[in-house]
Order: sequence, then C-alpha cells, then structure tokens
Amino acid sequence: MKTVAELEAELIENFNLLETWEEKYDYLIELGQELPPMDPAQKTEENRVKGCQSSVWFDITCKDGKLYFDADSDSLIVKGLVAILHQLLNGQPAEAFADVNLSLFETLGFWRHLSSQRSNGLTAMVAHLRAAAAECAQGKV
Amino acid sequence: MSKSISSARADFPLLFTTVNDHPLVYLDNAATTQKPQVVLDALQSYYSNLNSNVHRGNHTLAARATDAFEEARSKVARYINAANPYEVIFTRGTTESINLVAFSFGEAFVHAGDEIIVTELEHHSNYVPWYQLCQRKGAHFRVVPFDANGELDLEALKAMLNEKTRLVALNQVSNSLGTVNPLDKIIPMVHAVGVPVLVDAAQAVQHLPEHDVQALDADFYAFSGHKMYAPMGIGVLYGKEKWLEQMPPYQSGGEMIDQVTSQLITFAALPYKFEAGTPNVADAIGLGAAVDYLSQFEPFELQAYEEELLVYGMEQLRAIPGLTLYGNPRKRSSILPFNVEGIQHYDMGILLDNYGIAVRTGQHCTQPIMDALHISGTVRASLALYNTREDIDALVQGIHRVLKMLKR
Repeated sequence: MKTVAELEAELIENFNLLETWEEKYDYLIELGQELPPMDPAQKTEENRVKGCQSSVWFDITCKDGKLYFDADSDSLIVKGLVAILHQLLNGQPAEAFADVNLSLFETLGFWRHLSSQRSNGLTAMVAHLRAAAAECAQGKV
Repeated sequence: MSKSISSARADFPLLFTTVNDHPLVYLDNAATTQKPQVVLDALQSYYSNLNSNVHRGNHTLAARATDAFEEARSKVARYINAANPYEVIFTRGTTESINLVAFSFGEAFVHAGDEIIVTELEHHSNYVPWYQLCQRKGAHFRVVPFDANGELDLEALKAMLNEKTRLVALNQVSNSLGTVNPLDKIIPMVHAVGVPVLVDAAQAVQHLPEHDVQALDADFYAFSGHKMYAPMGIGVLYGKEKWLEQMPPYQSGGEMIDQVTSQLITFAALPYKFEAGTPNVADAIGLGAAVDYLSQFEPFELQAYEEELLVYGMEQLRAIPGLTLYGNPRKRSSILPFNVEGIQHYDMGILLDNYGIAVRTGQHCTQPIMDALHISGTVRASLALYNTREDIDALVQGIHRVLKMLKR
C-alpha cells in the first residue's frame, strides 16, 4: 500500500493540472461522488461529527492496528473533502494518522475558503479520525 | 431635506473591495452591516481627541469624553423616542440586553410556577436566556408556534396568556424568515392582561420606521449597534423607567454604585445601575454617529426603498427553477431565506463566495424554525440600505452559475 506521503503527492499532482477554482471544485465533488456509498444504518448520531454546518458521518473500524472507515456528508463539497481523507487514510496504520497535515488542503487550492470556517468541520473531522487512530494504536499493544 | 438613498453606497468604503477576484456583493447584512465613513471617523476621532474614562475624572478630557458619551445616549434615546435618556442602557449587544432583562427582571418578578412566553420564531438569543430563567426559577417556558406562512399564531398567544404570565418576549422582525410581527396588535393584547413585553428589535430598528418605543408601548426594546451601521461591541437595552427602577443590578462593580461601606451598599441611579465597569465609550460614540447617519434618511422613504428591493429579490429568486423561498408572511423585511432543490445550503454559500457574493448559510441561530420547517438550514441573503438591484442580479447570476456547475 502507498504511504500517506505518496498519496498526497498524487493528489497534488492531479489538482495541479486544474487551472480554475471551478475545475478544482468540480474535481473535488467528483471525488466525493466516487466515495463508496455508506449504509444509512451507519449514519447514527454516534457516528456524526460534531462541529460541522453540514452533516458528516464516519463509521470507523480498527483491525490489526489499521483504520478503515466509511463516510458520507449531505454537502457535496464536504463529501469531496471526506473523499480526500478516505483516499489518503483508509486502511493506513493508526500511526500514519498523526502525519496528516491540514495544509494539504491549502496546497490543493481549498484552504483559503475552508480552513478558517468552523462550519465546514475539516478540523473536527481530522480530530475525530486522529482520536479513533489513537484508540486503535493503543488497542494494538 | 433628507439624504437620497441612492447616494448611500458611496459612504461605505468596504463595499468597494474585491473578494476572490470579484467585486464584493455583500448580502449578509442581518449578520452585520458595513460601516459608513462617518462612523469610522467618529471612532478614530474619539481615540485621537477625547479618550478618557467617563463619569469620574474631573479633568478636561474626562469631562469631554463624558459629554460625548452621554450625547450618544441622548441620540439613541431620540432615535427610538424614549421618554428619558436614562431609559437607554448601553450593553454589548442584543444578546446582553436580553440576558440583562432575563436576569434582573427574573430576580424581581419571576417565581416558581410562573410562566414566560416566547415564540418559535425567535433567535436563540431571545429563547435560551428565558429557558434558562425558567429552569432557575421553576417557571414554565411557553412557546407560541408559527404557521405555514411564517406568521405567529396570535390565537395561540392569546390562549397562553393568563394570571401566571410574567413576560412575553418576541422579535419585531424574524432574523431567519423576515416576518414582521404585528406588534401593534400583540403588545396591546399582552398589556390587556397586565403583562410586559420585551421586543428583540435587532433586525428591525435599522429597517422599519416603527422604532418609536412609546408608540409601540414596548416595555423593553433590545438591539445591536453593529447591525445598524455602528461598531461591534455596543448595543442598547431600552426599558421603561417603572420596570428598570424595580429591577436589581445585573452585574456589579464600579460605576453602578452610590455608596459602598462594609455595612451598606447603595446603587447608582438609572442608567448607571445597569452599567457596571468602564463602558464602551468609543463604540457608544460610534453608535451615536450611526444614528446621525441613519437619521438623514426619511424613515418611510428608506423602508419603501428596501421593500421595493426585497420584492424585486423575491421575484427574481422565485423565477429560479427548483428554488424554494421560505415563509410567505403578509409583511416581510430585508430577509431572503431559500434553498435550491438538491443543493446543500453550505455548498451554495461556499460556491457563491467564490464569485464574491457574501451570504450566510445554516440555521441562523434559529434551530426551532428549521425543525418546524423540517430543513437543516437555508441560504440567507439579507439586505441593507446600500444594496441595489445590481446586487440581486449578481446573486441570481451566481446561483445560476452554481446550478450549472453542480448539474451532473
């Protein structure tokens, strides 16, 4: 499996091919559409990430020290962000979650709009994943 | 002669900025308005020429600052036609004004088993403090519902009023739907059973000519400076003298006392009893400047201009396929809440921002309204006196571009 850094480099390369913000958002939304569908039964209150204006769900499982998750959002843009996190992190060892740097989204061309707003919950989503990863890493020991 | 509204836009420097390589289209005025140059100048001038603590020092600057601060109070009092300037209390904003009444009126008049009435149309700021008061006192929290048009159910309100009711709190204009509540009917109805009314005028005082507290006969009237072209951090609580006199202080400390000994503390007269600590002098003076600015316009002319623009906005938005405009009240002010089928409000807001269009999305601190409408939120465009048809056209064009982009 590719490392988070390798996957990041791929994403950056793909987004760099796009010139306008419309194209970037279009691609982001497309990534979201390609996210594996989430079973409505997984969209519980417990799986909901607090701190987002739109609804975001993460159903996370820990297996052999690796984290797997299904995720969804009712916002196309947030779902695209979720898809990026999924591409980077799904199936990665729990320790890799500490390396996720939110500045990636700036590099991709979204940070300007998304980072400063607590409403989009990017920070909350990453914090949520990291907390689960920490638990997963402990469970492994 | 009154100032022409078409000249107003030029008075607001920030309206001429660019956002994301587009000229700013500012349609988030219900959240906060931009500030005219005269208000910015007043702030600068205060700190450059007058800065001093008020009501204490006997030096010249202190006296000048005190005069300017009290003159600002008088300007506000004249603007809302308060019977006395000391019925105008400076606060941080509408939220603090309402919390002050919920605490101090609550201490004096609300007991276990009593009832407080609010409405389902309220901002959380005029909902949660009353709920909390009821929790503290063991009182009952009653909520007047609204109907399919976004109008309050006045029959339900009438039926709720009884000898246990201690206060009715409601807004003049809903921040979420724009409904203008018929205070001319509601306040007399509530007064008929001897109950006082608190009016949240945060979305009304800058738009409607009906901001005369004596004509309305409002017992309390709360509003924020920053939504009426004044600085952030300053707001107003108007209260009738007869109520304010009977209410204990909200906060205590300097400014609000008369005598302090270890045996006895007596409080200062109105309005200082409710203004503990050093007040926000600069922003109060800024508010005075904003009131002067607003007063240049003929109130009914201002209302007619904004209403014409609102109607234009409603027509233009309703022509967009799949767009739902929420609420259909008989009278609406300044607020255009909507969603487009299949597009989340958050996505619409983010994409409009890329075109330089500032709107607000989400629940607008009115979760009970969103629950009643069974939606997770809305896109809200809200107007001010400097907006034009061009702003509406830019919004409509922006929505069309977003629709085109998201059509897949």
